[in-house]
Amino acid sequence: MFGYAGRVLHVDLATGKTNIEKLDNETAKKYVGGIGIGMKLWLANSKAGVDALSPENPLVLAVGPVSATMFPTGGNGHAFISKSPATGGVGEAVSHGTFGAEIKRAGYDAIVFTGKAEKPVYLWIDDESVQVFDAGNLWGKSPAETEDAIKDELGDYYIRVASIGLAGEKKSKIANIINEKTRAAGRTGLGAVMGSKNLKAIAVRGTSDIVVAKPEEFIEMVKEYHERMKGPAAQKYRTLGTSENIMTQNAMYCMPTRNYNNAHFENAQKVSGEALNERYIAKIIACNSCAMRCEHEAIIREGPYKGTMARMEYDNIWALGPNCGVDRLDAIIKAAELCNYYGLDAQSTGVTISFLMDCHEKGILTHEELDGVDAHFGNAEALVQLVEKIGKREGIGDMLADGVKIAAQKIGKDSDKLAQNIKGLEVTGYDLRCLKTTALSFAVSFRGADHSRSGAYTMDLSGKVDRFKAEKGRGKLVKDSEDVYALIDSLIVCKNAKGTFYKELVDLAKLYMLVTGYDMTPQELGLAGERINNLARLINIREGLGRKDDTLPWKVMNQPIPDDGPAKGSVVTQDELNLLLDDYYQARGWTPNGVPTKDLLEKLGLNEFSSITSGKEE
Amino acid sequence: MVKIHERKFISVDPEKCVGCQVCEYACSFNKEKAFNPLKSRIRVVRVSQVANMAVTCRLCEDPACVAACPRDALSQASDTGNIVLDKDKCNGCGWCIEACDYGAIMLHPETKVVYVCDLCKDKADGPQCVKWCPEEALTVVTSDVLAQKARISAIKKLFQEPEKIE
Repeated sequence: MFGYAGRVLHVDLATGKTNIEKLDNETAKKYVGGIGIGMKLWLANSKAGVDALSPENPLVLAVGPVSATMFPTGGNGHAFISKSPATGGVGEAVSHGTFGAEIKRAGYDAIVFTGKAEKPVYLWIDDESVQVFDAGNLWGKSPAETEDAIKDELGDYYIRVASIGLAGEKKSKIANIINEKTRAAGRTGLGAVMGSKNLKAIAVRGTSDIVVAKPEEFIEMVKEYHERMKGPAAQKYRTLGTSENIMTQNAMYCMPTRNYNNAHFENAQKVSGEALNERYIAKIIACNSCAMRCEHEAIIREGPYKGTMARMEYDNIWALGPNCGVDRLDAIIKAAELCNYYGLDAQSTGVTISFLMDCHEKGILTHEELDGVDAHFGNAEALVQLVEKIGKREGIGDMLADGVKIAAQKIGKDSDKLAQNIKGLEVTGYDLRCLKTTALSFAVSFRGADHSRSGAYTMDLSGKVDRFKAEKGRGKLVKDSEDVYALIDSLIVCKNAKGTFYKELVDLAKLYMLVTGYDMTPQELGLAGERINNLARLINIREGLGRKDDTLPWKVMNQPIPDDGPAKGSVVTQDELNLLLDDYYQARGWTPNGVPTKDLLEKLGLNEFSSITSGKEE
Repeated sequence: MVKIHERKFISVDPEKCVGCQVCEYACSFNKEKAFNPLKSRIRVVRVSQVANMAVTCRLCEDPACVAACPRDALSQASDTGNIVLDKDKCNGCGWCIEACDYGAIMLHPETKVVYVCDLCKDKADGPQCVKWCPEEALTVVTSDVLAQKARISAIKKLFQEPEKIE
């Protein structure tokens, strides 16, 4: 078997027992790897309605067939899959670095964690040897401290570690899982699932050779992609990085500002990619096997936050900066560092803080209720204080630590109208009111509000479609893009490199064939992408989600963009949303309820799950 | 007439190295037909996020590994300066590993004898890691050229030339 280790490791944390399940060719081909195989394993090992933070909710860690090969960006990914405590549906987050490559070299395609350890533990995978070790001395440490402590304890400095911080230990529903200090499986609160199992960290060392099916042709393809990555397709990531978006999106009035009160930030220049690179970026580094390197490391050399270091991208700058009305880059970098320290998803954390600021400014929460924090838009000090409090679940931080949906439930007083989330997951930095393909993609994304489940935002931003218009045809665009993205997360390659796959499915199918030796046409691979998205939908349906949850935040549908500019007055109406959803469901072959039909399940080879949809089609 | 040292080795520019480990993959694929950093003659070290550097044999003028070998298994080629191993004599004792200040000579996980960079002497296009490095952080240089570059760089800084310093 090429590309696959052919083995799934099961770890029962309650007993410490492990066993190996064989991964057969059929399952491998059908679900590809990464999130595809991860969701399949989750479904096979869980019961409907399982409590996300109970021992019965399995946590799956999966790598892909390309992992640990030399393919640029392909060597390095891994995915966590579970039931999300934030959405109640599919919890899924991909991260990169080197951790994934090490898992593959240790001889595993996936690891399924079940049960709950009696006390804090970490898992040590040394090739064949798998041991559960006491983590009492690691509890309370940050992911970076945990990684260093485990390396010291085991006496091997090439061990790779993924771990949770204090937020995950305290089951914060916006907690992430961090590997190699600055890389995060960020979204959907999977750090809380790990914390609920008393699993502090996963440490791994793998020594096996990785051999691909067609080495000579494979190495030629690698060479070709090295060249592509030096070209225009990766130019943005190699230079300013994703934070270039601050100025471009601001100019288009599609950068949500002050919790969606505006779509344009008057001080964007101060937090731009240009300002960041000029003053703070000390080094751009790469993940394993990557030829385009994009990880921008910021260091603060002087001032109140001297000595701070964090990885900065558009997403965390936006969430902690413009979204909170904050224009001080040093405080934003500090807040980002604290998110890494406590193991918090920076995007959800920023949106939760902007929600609190909004509640305060609108008089829903009084100054006395704020635990001494002057939570106003633009207050950089309050931003930093609030990340600390959320990370520790201290004072007002306890109310905020499970994200905006739950905070709004606790606060009441119509505050849910200010809670920018879909399905319980906080929004990211794309103003959906004037990016209507993106709005559809956010509404239907199986993990909730997020831009990483399809490339819809690039269609809107590039002008490929009229971003202000909701019209038929967008459903098919989103569907096709989602299928490619599902494959990217299953193979696993990096989404930042998506531009180098000039022919998308054709290129990905060639890569899959050279690595695994399995002949798969681009059409067949596309069908696998469709299968994976439908599998995710089946999980969501089994867990009680449906058309009613494929919706948009209140402000997106009720508060038009007020700023003078190209997007003024933009909003997504209920009629527009209905049109977009109908169009998308039709493109997917789902019923108007958003349920895959029997015929579709048949076509995709998902008949075994037909009991999930029976009776729900109408 | 004095003779300038012609011995070449692979130099890594820490300013340019991003820690991608492409050199490790290129080396192990070239030498062992497999992707495995544990079989690479060049190794990447990431001390912190901003301190990355690949390390390999520097073909020292008076190599400590050769001096340390109690079985005379290691020698230095007089023409290229390569460290040469007599596999039959090596028993994997590790004295050479202990002697090398750079961790550049290692015990092979399968053959159980030590192995070290040979500058891909059998390859017409030279060391494969240098060829593959996406950042052009690796160069094959003599110590004399290395010193020349350092001097030029220092003087450029001194005169604050507006052009970008290499």
